[in-house]
Amino acid sequence: MDLDARYRFETYVVGTGNRLAVSAARAVAQAPGAAYNPLFIYSGSGLGKTHLMLAIAHLALQRQPGLRAEYTTVDEFVEELNGAVAAGTMDALKRRYQEVGLLLLDDVQFLAGRREMQSEMLRLFNVLQRSGRQVVLASDRPPGDIADLDDRLTTRFAGGLVVDVGEPDYETRVAILRMRSEERAAQFNPGVLEEVARLRFRNVRELQGALNRLIAHQTLGESPLTPATVRELLGERGDGVVRATPVRAQASEFDTLLSDVSEVLSQQLEAWRIRVSEAITYWHELGYHAGRLERALDGASEPDVDALLTDYEAAIARLRDLQQTAAKFDHRLATSELFLDPERVSEAELVVARLIGTVDPPPGPRVEFTRAEFDVGPSNQLAVHAADTVVQEPGGKYNPLYLHGPSGVGKTHLLHAVGNELVATRGGAALVACVNARDFTDELIRALQDGTIERWRVRYRVLDVLLMDDVQQLTGSERTQDELFHLFNSLYAAGRQIVLAADRAPGRIEGLEDRLRSRFEGGLVVEMQRPDHALREKFFARQLAASGQRVDHALLEYLASRPVGSVAEVSALVTRLRKAADIVGVPLTAGLARKELEGSFAAPTVTRSTPGRSVDESFLDEEKVVWEWPELSGRAIEEYR
Amino acid sequence: MPLVNYATREITCKIVYYGPGRSGKTTNLQYVYEQVPGNRKGNMVSLATQADRTLFFDFLPLDLGSISGFTTRLQLYTVPGQVYYQSTRRLVLQGADGVVFVADSQSRQLEENIESLRDLHANLADQGIDARAMPLVLQYNKQDLPRELILETDVLDQALNFRDVPAFTAGALHGSGVFETLRSIAGLVLRRLSAAAPAGSR
Repeated sequence: MDLDARYRFETYVVGTGNRLAVSAARAVAQAPGAAYNPLFIYSGSGLGKTHLMLAIAHLALQRQPGLRAEYTTVDEFVEELNGAVAAGTMDALKRRYQEVGLLLLDDVQFLAGRREMQSEMLRLFNVLQRSGRQVVLASDRPPGDIADLDDRLTTRFAGGLVVDVGEPDYETRVAILRMRSEERAAQFNPGVLEEVARLRFRNVRELQGALNRLIAHQTLGESPLTPATVRELLGERGDGVVRATPVRAQASEFDTLLSDVSEVLSQQLEAWRIRVSEAITYWHELGYHAGRLERALDGASEPDVDALLTDYEAAIARLRDLQQTAAKFDHRLATSELFLDPERVSEAELVVARLIGTVDPPPGPRVEFTRAEFDVGPSNQLAVHAADTVVQEPGGKYNPLYLHGPSGVGKTHLLHAVGNELVATRGGAALVACVNARDFTDELIRALQDGTIERWRVRYRVLDVLLMDDVQQLTGSERTQDELFHLFNSLYAAGRQIVLAADRAPGRIEGLEDRLRSRFEGGLVVEMQRPDHALREKFFARQLAASGQRVDHALLEYLASRPVGSVAEVSALVTRLRKAADIVGVPLTAGLARKELEGSFAAPTVTRSTPGRSVDESFLDEEKVVWEWPELSGRAIEEYR
Repeated sequence: MPLVNYATREITCKIVYYGPGRSGKTTNLQYVYEQVPGNRKGNMVSLATQADRTLFFDFLPLDLGSISGFTTRLQLYTVPGQVYYQSTRRLVLQGADGVVFVADSQSRQLEENIESLRDLHANLADQGIDARAMPLVLQYNKQDLPRELILETDVLDQALNFRDVPAFTAGALHGSGVFETLRSIAGLVLRRLSAAAPAGSR
């Protein structure tokens, strides 16, 4: 398909009159067949329907070079059809059109009264729609106003999105004139183009014609044009009367009645009511609910109409985004009523969020970190108690729960354990994410790169529980903090539980924004200290048992008295001792441990009599065995060292 | 009072064509009906005798479409002109937002015109309506009849238009003056919209 390179979105000036049409066209170009199928664009002549259609084709092909796009007018299509009938190549023609991925059909109003053509169109339309191909139609009037159009076609044409391209307002006219002048490398005195725009041409084509005349005149003339000469030159427009849509020479008596009534109403009704009411009519025609506007219109006093309409349109823009996202998951959702009611934005958000959440969930807690295996001692019991409370009452007492302490005290374990408990208590139905702050930032950067930031946000905002580890790593990442701030607020407001872990208290994280710090401190901040003696004993007992060592009390006492600061250290120590014992070929004892760790067999610091031991047990006391053959063991240890 | 319903964004006006029997009220409505595009008019309800005289009343709903964002409707009614349908006339007149008085321009009908106009005022008064506050337009119909049969507009004005309201000559059978009359009464009625705003903001 050969496309005129001038007709692109980049060269299409967007104004209030065509903003909706342009955003719909863009959406279609970005995902043909996904949103708004068919897209029906209508407007008076010369307002850019064809430009918009070709722009869709350009962008769609740019994004999907393999796509088959076909632009044609109804008249050309009829000619082709007639030619094919005459040449007996009808089937080939049908196949060709049925394989098109993006069909752009212009001048649809010329289907009026062509019954045979309409049935052909209906068949083609059905085939394309069934296979999810995108159809874009353009006409000078809405589907319902095309005379003698088969009802089935009317409903199909109106079944996607019907948008009109309105007349350009003053600002848009100036922008168009400036853009076209730049394209033509024409320069005008200040105020000239503005003066042309003031002449209220409603038709872009005529506007362009006027510009051409100015350019020609200026090229031939001796002196550059001035604003004052514009009206002289374009004299026939100087009265400001719009001729683009001339009043019919013989207006019917009914039309005259209408225009009279219209004039009286515009004088009688308050301007703001007319504005709001027209907005309601406009959005209703596009299928949107306008309850908010209707209530304002019914109110006694004048609202801030600008703000009202801006908010309403923002909500619609949001709905359209959500609708597009939803359509990516399930094409049928694009037609859901939910996306047509600006008062149900949050509901729509939730639906989309759930959709995204189920398809692409953030990482959950790691199952190996269980609460059952988390040992409690005086140094961490407060944190554990808080964590248990959170499991019992998520989003309740301690929200957020902020755990901090030096590395290795079990923050990560506890964090994941809370997550696993919460998943378990909700029968696996809770959406629990457990993410490291660094990974969170990396994900955000990737989302920004891919343009999937909205998706990324949504999948976090839908969470029931957010667990974030290594919060201190947020230092210096402003955008992440900003996103986390909004995420925090959104979750918090919805009563969702947040648990954070860091190596230091919020106030000691450099570069953490105050708004985040104060929120972190607003729940419960608990410090997890280095493990105390009792806890160390538990650590060692668990580690020794896990490595298959027989645990005797003397050994545990000895090991627990060592100044280890973390589970990791315990684990490393046990591994080291087990290896030492393996080399010697004897079970691990307090004496061996002392020898290994301190380099001597000095008497144990803690001795305890073992009354009532059986002979067998006494015999199996490895410590004794070593004592009886000092040389052998001494040599073995020497070798090992 | 014409109604503006902001909740439904509808404006509805009731206009009653009043006048003596056989002055051409129904003919006015029939002409309007013929000129209105198909999708804008409802069914014209006409209850007539076999002799084509209005027995009860005619009703023509006109949908003017969305104007300034408001769905605007005109409801056109006629009353039976014959003297003995007094109660029907009163009924139809209830809730009227404006009245078109269709006078028969024939000289021999002058008394009937005057009588009917009195009847209108009496009926309005019965309903507690100050006739001076009711939008009124006069139509001197049958002006297309031979000169010798009809009265000059000056004479009709003198006899009927003591309130100096807008008056139009018409030949309703061929449509002349019909829409001028309707446009005028619609304008007068709709100018009173501001007083009818239910929100009480004005």
